[in-house]
Amino acid sequence: MEEQKQPVALESSAPVIGPGHSFATVTDKISAIVLTRPTSTGWFVGFGVAFLLTMMMLFAIGYLFVRGTGIWGITIPIGWGFAIVNFVWWIGIGHAGTLISAILLLLRQSWRNSINRFAEAMTLFAVSAAGIFPLIHVGRPWLAYWLFPYPNTMNYWPQFRSPLVWDVFAVSTYFTISLLFWFVGLVPDLATLRDRSQSRPAQIIYGMLALGWRGSARHWHRYETAYLLLAGLATPLVLSVHTVVSFDFAVGIVPGWHTTIFPPYFVAGAIYSGFAMVLMLAIPIRKLYGLEDFITERHLQNSAKVMLATGLIVAYGYAIEAFMGWYSGNRYDAFTLWNRLHGPYAIPYWALLICNIFVPQVLWIRKLRTSPPALFLISGVILVGMWLERFIIVVVSLHRDFLTSSWGMYYPTRWDWMTYIGTIGMFLAAMFLFVRILPMISIFEMRTLLPEAEVKPE
Amino acid sequence: MQIFHRSTNTISRATIYGAIFMVAASLWAVLELQRSPYITYAKVARPQPVPFSHQHHVAGLGIDCRYCHTSVETSSFAGIPPTRTCMNCHSQIWTNAPLLEPVRDSFRSGKSLVWTRVNDLPDFVYFDHSIHINKGVGCNTCHGPVDGMPLMFNYASLQMEWCLDCHRAPQKNLRPRDQVFNMRYEQPSILKPVTLDGKEYTDQLSLGTDLVKKYKLRTVADITSCSTCHR
Amino acid sequence: MTIEEQNGKQRREDVCPGKKNQLDLDTARARIAETKGPEFWRSLEELAGSSEFQEMMHREFPKGASEWLDAVSRRGFLKLMGASLAMAGMTACTKQPLEPIVPYVRQPEETVPGRPLFYATAFTLGGYATPMLVESHLYRPTKIEGNDKHPASLGGTDVFAQASILEMYDPDRSQTITYLGDVRTWGDFLKSIRGPLNAQKAVQGSGIRILTRTVSSPAQADQLQSVLKLYPQAKWHVYEPINRDNVYAGAQMAFGEPVETQYKLENADVIVSLDADFLSAGFAGNVRYIRDFAKRRDPDSGNMNRLYVAESTPSSTGAKADHRLPVRAVDIEAFARDLRRIWESKSDFVALAGPGSGAAWAHKHEYLEMVSAVAEDLKAHSGSSVIIVGDHQPPVVHALAHAMNQALGNVGKTVIYTPPVDANPVNQTESLKNLVADMRAGKVDMLFILGGNPAYDAPADFGLADALKNTNIPVRVHLGLYQDETAELCQWHLNEAHYLEAWGDARAYDGTVSIVQPLIAPLYGGKSIYEMVALLAGQPETSGHEIVQGYWKKQHPGADFDAFWRKSLHDGWIENTAFQPKQVSLKPVQIPDYAASDAKSIEINFRRDPSVYDGRFSNNGWLQELPKPMSKMAWDNPVLVGPAMAERMGLRSEDLIELELNGKKLTAPVWIQAGHPDNSVTVFLGYGRRRAGRAGTGAGFDMYPLRYNATPWFTTGVAVTKAGGTYKLATTQGYQTMDTPEGARPLVRTASLDEYHKEPDFAREDEPPAELTLYKPYPYKEEPYAWGMTIDLNSCVGCNNCIVACQSENNIPVVGKEQCVIGRHMHWLRVDAYYQGDRDNPKAYFQPVPCMQCENAPCEVVCPVGATVHSTEGLNDMVYNRCVGTRYCSNNCPYKVRRFNFLLFQDWETPQYKMMRNPDVTVRSRGVMEKCTYCVQRINHRRIDAEREDRKIQDTELQTACQQSCPANAIVFGNINDPESRVSKLKAKARNYSLLGDLNTRPRTTYLAEIRNPNPELET
Repeated sequence: MEEQKQPVALESSAPVIGPGHSFATVTDKISAIVLTRPTSTGWFVGFGVAFLLTMMMLFAIGYLFVRGTGIWGITIPIGWGFAIVNFVWWIGIGHAGTLISAILLLLRQSWRNSINRFAEAMTLFAVSAAGIFPLIHVGRPWLAYWLFPYPNTMNYWPQFRSPLVWDVFAVSTYFTISLLFWFVGLVPDLATLRDRSQSRPAQIIYGMLALGWRGSARHWHRYETAYLLLAGLATPLVLSVHTVVSFDFAVGIVPGWHTTIFPPYFVAGAIYSGFAMVLMLAIPIRKLYGLEDFITERHLQNSAKVMLATGLIVAYGYAIEAFMGWYSGNRYDAFTLWNRLHGPYAIPYWALLICNIFVPQVLWIRKLRTSPPALFLISGVILVGMWLERFIIVVVSLHRDFLTSSWGMYYPTRWDWMTYIGTIGMFLAAMFLFVRILPMISIFEMRTLLPEAEVKPE
Repeated sequence: MQIFHRSTNTISRATIYGAIFMVAASLWAVLELQRSPYITYAKVARPQPVPFSHQHHVAGLGIDCRYCHTSVETSSFAGIPPTRTCMNCHSQIWTNAPLLEPVRDSFRSGKSLVWTRVNDLPDFVYFDHSIHINKGVGCNTCHGPVDGMPLMFNYASLQMEWCLDCHRAPQKNLRPRDQVFNMRYEQPSILKPVTLDGKEYTDQLSLGTDLVKKYKLRTVADITSCSTCHR
Repeated sequence: MTIEEQNGKQRREDVCPGKKNQLDLDTARARIAETKGPEFWRSLEELAGSSEFQEMMHREFPKGASEWLDAVSRRGFLKLMGASLAMAGMTACTKQPLEPIVPYVRQPEETVPGRPLFYATAFTLGGYATPMLVESHLYRPTKIEGNDKHPASLGGTDVFAQASILEMYDPDRSQTITYLGDVRTWGDFLKSIRGPLNAQKAVQGSGIRILTRTVSSPAQADQLQSVLKLYPQAKWHVYEPINRDNVYAGAQMAFGEPVETQYKLENADVIVSLDADFLSAGFAGNVRYIRDFAKRRDPDSGNMNRLYVAESTPSSTGAKADHRLPVRAVDIEAFARDLRRIWESKSDFVALAGPGSGAAWAHKHEYLEMVSAVAEDLKAHSGSSVIIVGDHQPPVVHALAHAMNQALGNVGKTVIYTPPVDANPVNQTESLKNLVADMRAGKVDMLFILGGNPAYDAPADFGLADALKNTNIPVRVHLGLYQDETAELCQWHLNEAHYLEAWGDARAYDGTVSIVQPLIAPLYGGKSIYEMVALLAGQPETSGHEIVQGYWKKQHPGADFDAFWRKSLHDGWIENTAFQPKQVSLKPVQIPDYAASDAKSIEINFRRDPSVYDGRFSNNGWLQELPKPMSKMAWDNPVLVGPAMAERMGLRSEDLIELELNGKKLTAPVWIQAGHPDNSVTVFLGYGRRRAGRAGTGAGFDMYPLRYNATPWFTTGVAVTKAGGTYKLATTQGYQTMDTPEGARPLVRTASLDEYHKEPDFAREDEPPAELTLYKPYPYKEEPYAWGMTIDLNSCVGCNNCIVACQSENNIPVVGKEQCVIGRHMHWLRVDAYYQGDRDNPKAYFQPVPCMQCENAPCEVVCPVGATVHSTEGLNDMVYNRCVGTRYCSNNCPYKVRRFNFLLFQDWETPQYKMMRNPDVTVRSRGVMEKCTYCVQRINHRRIDAEREDRKIQDTELQTACQQSCPANAIVFGNINDPESRVSKLKAKARNYSLLGDLNTRPRTTYLAEIRNPNPELET
């Protein structure tokens, strides 16, 4: 397709938007999914399953409130189990969205335009899934609000030295900003839907959400400023949130936690798993809704490259951890390393190394980078690996610390699993609803990618 | 084609700003409710088997606190008078007042009177009367003008912030030991100075600061340690 | 109904003892209607005390019975309540309900509400009294302390005494008199018994049999004698499964009379224990022995003692030994005989010892080395050495020991002989045998089983249970605390009054008599043995008080009796009642020649359980959950097997095995116990109860069926085979070694006496500098008090007493086996046991671990709500009501001393437990972290008292619960800002070190390193 004019001048081969599209076709194609196209039975089945899983989660949480955290596998010494593992895992996944939307926006990576919308949605849902865990994992959830500073009758404030308090702020800020960012981005498209939808209720609902957007130059001007500002606000958050989360461990003195390298390699890991999740969602969606023109090989490739890069940073993190275990000469760190390699949880650890370090190396091969099925598979492997990483950090570090007399083992119960799988269900359910009622690809931003959008030099 | 009426603009603006105030207001309401007598019972008289009047017995008859609350100087618990204490007098006077029937009945049958507790701290708070009395905290500093209460109620909120007010600045409330049980005691002022060891004090702060030294109060850091009250 | 039906009926209700005692109100009223006259009122009370109350107690029993064994079904209802409370909590403002407050009508002068009173009384086990002081809040006993003035306690107690308070409040205790399972009144019993008793008068009571446990009480003995006077033909039998038959038989053999042997360990430089676990609860006089032993373990005193132990199963005594030799119980005799070589010359002993037996062991180099070394050491310390023999060793070994002590000139110095403490020192096994014989011969018309549970714990071959069931004895009366296996087989069951509810007296191991005075009126209107015996003696209406006081009035007539009585009650013992040493001389009797045991055949040992003794404490949650000293096992009694044997048989811990002895088979799980002798297994008695209560029923395995009259303690010839399958066991300690693939961790630091003298501060390691912290250090030095603690690992004998004391003082809940298995036990203070070296005979160390109260506490910085913060006196305060339960503090605690209420572990419904709790300590609820507070409630009380008197707290007036109950004085707590305090002096010692000090946690609790005093000749 030599003669085909490249819409945006990028050195990469594949285009960011398929050939032969005009403003109208783009708008039609995307808005049709929401407005005109009939809802497929597949959607109903998928949503139904996800919804049931959500109900299962609610049941598990209900029982938890009735009986207490004792229904989980946690014990002394392993005071934190699945709850925290899942929290960190979800938060990590929640990083891709903002990264794609904010950072790539500031870096003028316009190829992001086709994936940022649902990446952001994904972020929101992932963060909400994550947010559940710190709330329910405490012994007296009905008092969790004590972590917020407010003038109480005890005349007593939270303890600001504790990373858990920092978490509260980091996560809630991150969620708020992501939400705003996502919504602001949606406004013009909501207006489009308002104008194109036939049914009155739809018009009203979309209308209200569109906040009276008319697309005037003034609107666009304000929009651009707001969006840019939010991007600026969100960018540091991408780094800060997981740094703070990593402090939960780095601040502790448990061998296997007490490491200065945690912040960078947590952030890298977060983006790593985030992009894996984006691909896991993007690949089936583009297939099912025939959006190959909008989410092209290019996107897949770039994402794959990001994963490859962050994956290597993560690998470096592991290497340094191991090296320090030996080099520090600290008998406890040394043992932690030995315990990971040979201890009762050796299998998860080796599995983690395979999933996060060895498997992703195949992404060096271009062929695999561009094959959706392969990417889908690899992303899955990475997500498992990243979950295992958190399991190793939380559980395996705790189960054998300083005094041999208080070593113990951790066995997750069915309630642990129900809660974990339940949140996955909740996440998917939300995604299903999203793709059904909102434009999963930013219509107007796609338009800007079209040749027509370019200002012709006179 | 217009979906919404023009007024929608104003309405939406109003709601957006209004929301902020709504949230703030409701939060404020909750915090207020928490401190209200509805929760703390402060200044709310409670149902009692016998309408015992502190006003009458203390102000009217001038009976000392310790006549009934015997262990207040030696124990954490001030003590609720046994029926016998009532009967000491009421076997002589008002011997057949219908109001006192429950008392006489209790004395006859040996079954205790069941009062409703008025100053009731949570079970995880360990308050000790003896040490407060001993360090010069007057009865009515916490219990209020008991001699003016026909029916008993707790004067203060008894909430932690209230305890801390004093524990963080004890000098604001201390008085000479010999004045502890004096219901009419007033903090020193130019008009009513208080003399201690021959020295005249005209303001509470200087008196308090000296008493803190005289009665060897532990430092504020000491008495605001959690284990002072919680174990 | 017939007894058979009755039994059938009861067996169906085995799980829930007492349930069958339920009464619906109508029957109750009906019963009231039946009774008339003066009895009416009494029975009304009793019904109030029995039926409704009982029903309330037992309503949720079918479920409740297994409560503590099965965590899932536990108190679901309460959880729901908790949840709804939770919702209430979310509204941010929780409103307190109006509470009633109930004054006395006439207040006793001595009571000051809010200030506890202490009463002296005594706890009796196997006839031996542990004198103690009981804390009483408004006449509710809440805590048991040792009587520090009494020579047999000196302030210490043992676990059984400590935990007995839980027994008194046990809701599963029998609460009514029953006849064939139906509720009756004392009046009914009197009526029904009158006739038969009169009938017996005619035949001089030839049909009356009384079975008691060991009786040391002068008053009771006197009573029983008067009964025997009244009915000359009646017989008084005595039986306890853990008896001292062999001890008295041994004395008989050596001296021709059953004498009591007392040891004066404070004078002993060399102690040789022949299978005697004299440092553990259940051994007569152990509390005092531990104190004396520990006193002589001070390496700085210059006269540190040396302990040799030859034992058949690892015990805390063996753990403290400087040299330990694992020997099968059958071979202890050989060991004893071989020691004989020393006194070749002394004729009287040669006569005793018979031919040598070292040959049988010639192959065992280690053994011979040890024997000769011990012999030499004993010789070198004539007059200042002592040989102690375990109660279960056969008479001959005791005789040998007596002879050797005599020959060594120890008698009068380290060993003294006194009249037996047992008022009726018959051979108890024989006594029971005769009783069963009489029963089968139909000679028994009235059987009174006063205390004890023979149907469960009698020797298997007596078939006592069967005899009770099938020899139709017209009147069978059981007086006991529980509706147990024996109650099931007697028509009449009388609910016994607990010793804390009744008057009595008892002798301590040295003979001193203590008056047992009640702390509270019987909760369920029970009767004491005294009152029961009085009934037989023809005084049915005499109260326990009259009986005991009456007896002592006889002993101490005169005008000053009241003063005497008052003093005795106040002090807790009666003056000049201690036995005077008795002059005894060896009889040159001929003793059987030694028959070498078959080294190949496997031996089985029956031992009293360190936690539930002979089974009588099996419904005591505190004791059930108390980790056994060596195996750290809770809730079970696995078969102990040595590592070598386990390897041979391919056994792993928790495997099920089958034991076969004389045709009887029995399946039980295995626990591989380091240091256990080869070719030998140890089983513990007291488990597998059928009718114990919610804690005891179904816990563990009943070993009595293998225990025969002829071989009550050990015998060879047991067949051990793998049964296949496994059984989950609950150990509270993760790993029992300090070794890791990355080297051994210096948790317990130890050296030999010589090494210690060469390098006194070997245990010290340079801690990081204090200023190595981001936070501004608090000037603790300027405070009037800075609390600290030292734990002397040299003195600690791992008796577990501190754990129970702490549990009792601090309202610590029992969590049950399921939770223990997961690792959620709640003990604030744990005693870690570590093994090092050769697994067949390792060195063992104990390390009690309370909260270290670190000055740089890692738990504090991570708590998001500031629920754990430092007090100005250096306490690491834990504020339960602020805790939201993130468990972050526990994760960050390197000592893992924090305990979390994963579920609602605390029992909030049972009224008895509400009465038992210490009112000065918050009762923690679900979802809250808790931990050792250095007994801050005690600190505060003492401080307030001191400040009221305008003085400082004296060093001696303030003790933590663990410290106060420690028989070894291993735990010392006090003000480290006062250089004169005991704790400061100890911390100044060279062997003082802090655990994990390299983490810069600056713990306030430090340890004194363990120093062993090995025999240079045995040093390898």
